[in-house]
Amino acid sequence: MSTSDTPKRSLRTPLGRVRNLGAAHSGTSDFWRQRITAVAMTLLMIPALVIIVMLLGRNQVYAAQTLSSIPVAVILLLFIFASAWHMKIGMQVVIEDYVHNEKLKLVSVMLNNFFSVAVALASTYAILKLSSGV
Amino acid sequence: MVEFALPKNSKITGGKTWPKPAGATETREFRVYRWNPDDGKNPSVDTYYVDTNDCGPMVLDGLIWIKNHIDPSLTFRRSCREGVCGSCAMNIDGQNTLACTRSMHDVKDGAVKINPLPHQPVVKDLVPDLTNFYAQYASVEPWLKTTSPTPQKEWKQSHEDREKLDGLYECILCACCSTSCPSYWWNSDRYLGPAALLQANRWVSDSRDEATGERLDNLEDPFRLYRCHTIMNCAKACPKGLNPAEAIAELKLKMVERQI
Repeated sequence: MSTSDTPKRSLRTPLGRVRNLGAAHSGTSDFWRQRITAVAMTLLMIPALVIIVMLLGRNQVYAAQTLSSIPVAVILLLFIFASAWHMKIGMQVVIEDYVHNEKLKLVSVMLNNFFSVAVALASTYAILKLSSGV
Repeated sequence: MVEFALPKNSKITGGKTWPKPAGATETREFRVYRWNPDDGKNPSVDTYYVDTNDCGPMVLDGLIWIKNHIDPSLTFRRSCREGVCGSCAMNIDGQNTLACTRSMHDVKDGAVKINPLPHQPVVKDLVPDLTNFYAQYASVEPWLKTTSPTPQKEWKQSHEDREKLDGLYECILCACCSTSCPSYWWNSDRYLGPAALLQANRWVSDSRDEATGERLDNLEDPFRLYRCHTIMNCAKACPKGLNPAEAIAELKLKMVERQI
């Protein structure tokens, strides 16, 4: 999130500009988690789709009955968790790529975090509510 | 936001069409990007006709012929004319490559269209300003770093370890790869780019080097290394047939390996 000098405005040496604030010593965790969640989603995609197709056009009672099964609820929860995390990391990469205004970038990354957590929590709440039959 | 359109003063206007060389029986049309920092005008594309019976087969031969016979003001870099120095890197027919190793006969349709390497400041005509590119190369500290006492003779390396440097040491720093990378276009101030990262991996992979961890520390950054999205333009563009994307993937693997 550092501000980097543009060659036009700065009298810093080219090497000074490249080194700037130094390496953040991060990024590997996000890189690894993006791969983990991608593999997890690939594995969970088919059972999650089967469950969703089973629920299409059915009423709430049937949905609650289906989701009361622990394996079904766990598969959907894992799918939601992996997707939301993957979405958060992927969207942050897109923002960092294209949004160059530092303030706008900070706000965008923050909103992306809020959105991803909100989607994950809302989905989790819905699944838990249905599966517990409340 | 990222600029997707050219700024006003970079929009290309119609240029001059130079007359065909008198007495030439076979000619090839060259359309060359022109920009002069001193005349205050926008860039243009000039059209030249090269007498192919009077010049060599490569695009660089054509450019030198134009400079010698038509327009001495045409500015470009060249030195070895055999793919070793990397000076004549430019965008030919939409592909970053070396003018000295690209035959004009390989450009199939119509004119040979030549532009400077993309997304770099232009010094004049086909000469890009590679200051930032070279500084990024310097930032990976491309030399052997050791703390053990220097041996009386050479630092020894097995044949197997030496082979690990194949595909890395051949880079001539022509900048074809980095300037073909969209991620480098958008973030060249912070992303080191394929060329510098390939060189970084060359030293990380060197069995004689004793600063591997320090080198990886210096690269571990969401922008310096992880802006690479494996677009693979770098591998397609490299006139030496190297694969910078693979070198970057190896760096990422080493990052994961030391963390997990």
